[in-house]
Order: sequence, then structure tokens, then C-alpha cells
Amino acid sequence: MTPVLSVQQIDSHYGQLQALFGIGIEVEKGQTVAIIGANGAGKSTLMKAISGVHPPTRGTILYRGTPIAGKSAFALVKQGIVMVPEGRRIFPSLTVEENLMVGAYSERRGAWTLDAIYDLFPILKERRKNGGTDMSGGQQQMIAIGRALLSNPELILMDEVSLGLAPIIVNEIYDVVRKIAAMGTTIVLVEQDVSRGLREADYVYCLLEGRISLEGTPDALDKEAISNAYFGV
Amino acid sequence: MAFGLEGILNILIQGVLLGGLYVLYGTGLSLIFGVMRLVNLAHGDFIVLAAYLALLLVGFGVNPLVSIVAVAPLMFVIGLPLQRFILNRTLGKGIMPPLLITFGISIIIQNALQLQFSADTQGLDAGALETASLTLSDGLSIGLMPLLTFVIAIGVLVALQVFFNRTKLGRAFRATSDDPETAEMMGINSRQIYAIAMGISLAIVAIAGILLGVRTTFAPTAGPARLLIAFETVIIGGLGSIWGTLAGGIILGLAQTIGAQINPTYFQLAGHLITLLVLVFRPTGLFAVTRDR
Repeated sequence: MTPVLSVQQIDSHYGQLQALFGIGIEVEKGQTVAIIGANGAGKSTLMKAISGVHPPTRGTILYRGTPIAGKSAFALVKQGIVMVPEGRRIFPSLTVEENLMVGAYSERRGAWTLDAIYDLFPILKERRKNGGTDMSGGQQQMIAIGRALLSNPELILMDEVSLGLAPIIVNEIYDVVRKIAAMGTTIVLVEQDVSRGLREADYVYCLLEGRISLEGTPDALDKEAISNAYFGV
Repeated sequence: MAFGLEGILNILIQGVLLGGLYVLYGTGLSLIFGVMRLVNLAHGDFIVLAAYLALLLVGFGVNPLVSIVAVAPLMFVIGLPLQRFILNRTLGKGIMPPLLITFGISIIIQNALQLQFSADTQGLDAGALETASLTLSDGLSIGLMPLLTFVIAIGVLVALQVFFNRTKLGRAFRATSDDPETAEMMGINSRQIYAIAMGISLAIVAIAGILLGVRTTFAPTAGPARLLIAFETVIIGGLGSIWGTLAGGIILGLAQTIGAQINPTYFQLAGHLITLLVLVFRPTGLFAVTRDR
């Protein structure tokens, strides 16, 4: 079966600086894949390359077998790829509900409606008229996830959804991530918390200085190998 | 100088109604800056261009007010490719490229208008409407044209408010204004939003230009003075605030009208002074909502 996502030999640059070196990953339909790695390893750059925010300078990205590298982010949303960006990036002048509705801009049909998001995150319904950035960090993360879901994606890219949140909130967020996965949505998530990445994913890639240093299913990877791949020792 | 109550009331009413025209000048400028942080130095020249387009129709016997229905959509259509093929290329490259390009467009419009229509001043004849007035009492009457201008300005603001808050496209405008990169991640084509914004801005400019032409005379080089008024309206009201623009226009209109009562040559000066005061004491304007990004 054609993988949902196949990233082949991509390089990415910021000006003169090369951030990714010949990265290749494959994601099957319905899989949850975690990208782990230290700060500056290139995890977010990889997500930006896939989502069209920062196109790769070399290499191929196939989505359901079709090349997408170089397509703009808004065009990819229509095709079913959406990103939950690092730092949540809630629109400050929009209310909670308006933030969510922006996610529905591309009008892709599917199971996710505003009501379905409110069932998932009842607190958002309660505070739907509040300003988006007046909410707590965890609630803003719920908005960011709900907003992305309203585009009814086939592939959802989650960049550091646990960053800066209390452990109990992180658990709540990952409960939801599991629900989304159970509905058949393919997920690629970036995690700095290695144990969290190993626990949630079907397959893990570890990045080190813009290269893949290790990959495998979580139970096939031993601690020492991961630690070496993560820190580069 | 001694004014009776009616005299004072008269000055205030004239000032507020004059503000209506300034609101129309400022709204398009504020909209463009709010959505894409672009300062359109050709804004005033587009106002004058619209007046000349209306002049062409008036030549066929069309009432200038009726010509709005043709000129506003035409200006909207001019705005789309202007943004898409020229101004979008200047965005994201710092503050200078859009300023230089719109300054260039300003010069091009002025010279093209001179070439086509000569440097003579022109006016748009709206017939009896121009001198018609509502008499409130013996010493107090309101010109129908200024009143109509003010009502149209309020109508434009209300329409914009509804558009921004109640429609999907309006929401996309606000999201793009906040954070264009994230808006694109949510499926919004920001460049398309910018093009539509320029179209809307120029459609409002068309209304402003025609009402200007009915109120007073204009010449190909009249644009920069209108731009200054538009700037002052927006500076006083605060960038990105629809109702701030209304307040800005009214305050500016009042300042000029009151200034002119003290000495007719203070008309412009009083407006500039008020703007200066706002810049000194509240540089973001009285009702700013557009956020830095």
C-alpha cells in the first residue's frame, strides 16, 4: 500500500545554514509517528517542510503517492495536511470560537464539526466567547488542536504540543491525541520528551543535527541506543 | 467673537458632518494597513482617480451619486491585479519597497490624469442636491450633501463591521491580520486576502472620491493633500479600529471647522495641531486595535 507520507532525501536551508541533510521518513495510514530529538535537531524544520510552510531545498515529499514539495501550506490544507504549530499560534483578536472556525476555512468535509470539537473539549464551549489568547496555555493548545481538526485532515502534524504545559494537562492533551488516532487520522508528532514520544508512537525517528540518527518501533529500541542517538555520543 | 447657542451648534454640526468625508478617506487606508501592514502612499491619488472616473460618466449625463454604482466596482476590480501582481511582491521585504512602489504609483496616476484631463480643476455637478438643506430652525440648517456623506460613511463602517465579524471571509481577514503564516497553515491564501482587501479599499476610495468631487473641486495633483487627511484621521482614531476611524474623522472635522471660526486660515492648521497632539500624547491613536507583529 502506498504510504500516506513519504519524505525522500530532503535538504532544508535557512539562508546559508543547512538544517536538514537527506532526511527520509515514511508514514503509513493510521500510524502515529514521533519525531524526537534535542533542541535544534531539525524537528520543526522537518514539520515545516512537510506542511509547506518552509519548502525543502532538495528532495521529494510524496503525499498519497503525489509529490507535494513546494506547494504552499494553504493548498496542502485543502488536500488534507494540517499542522498544529509550535507555540500554538492562537489568533489574538479572534474569540475561542472564531479561532476554531478559521480551521474550517477550507471547508473539507468530515467527522469534525464545531460541535464535535466542543464534545472533545467542553471547556472551549463554555468559554467560546472569550478572547483566544485570554485562555490558559493548556486551553490554547486545545484551541490549536481543535482548529486543526476542523480542517478534517487525513494527516495531522503536531509540533511540540506538550511544550510549557503542566504534566496533568499534557496527559489530557495526549488522551485526545489517542482519540484522534483511533478515528483513523494519521499523526506525525514532534516531541522533546523522549519517553512520551516512545509511549505514544507506533514508530519513532530520532533526529540529530539535521540527520536521522535512529529509527524503529518503540519496543525495538533500547535505552542506550536512544540516548546515543539523541545526544550524539 | 460671540456666538449664540445656534451658532455654536451650527459649527459643531458642520464639523461632525465634514468628518464623514474624512472617515471615508481614512477607512481604506486603515483597512490596508490593518490587514497587510502596507502604507499606500497612492491612496489620495486613487481618491482623485475615482473622481475623474466619475467625471467621465457625468459627461454622459449620469448623476455623480449614481456613478458610485459603476465606479466603486470598477475600482474594486482595479485593486485586485494591483495587489496581486505589484504590491504583493513588495510585502515581507521591509518597509521601503511598498513605500517606494506606492509613491511611484502616486506619481504615475498624477501624470496620467494631467495627460488625459489637463491640469484644470474640475467638479462633479450633483444638481440641486448640492445646495439643498434641511432647516432645523431659523438660524440652523444642515446641508443635505454633507448629511448624506456622513450617513454613507456610517453605512460603510457598519458594512465593514458586519463583514469582519459575521462572515467567514471577514474572519479570515482578521486571522491574516494577526498572523499571516498561521492563517496559511489553516488554509487561508493570504495573498488572495490581500488582493480582496485592496479591492475593498479602492471601492471605499471610489465613494470618497466622488463625494469629494461633489463637495469641492479637484485637480490631478489633489491626491497628496487627501492622503494627508486620511493619515491624520487614522492617526487620531488609531490604526485598525473601524470606530476609531469614525472618531478620528469627526475630531479632525471639528478641529478644522472650529479653527476656521477663529481665523479662516486656521482651517488646515487646527487639524494638523490636533494630529500632532495625539501623536505626542497617544502615539497609537485613541482607539488602536491593530497589533504589532
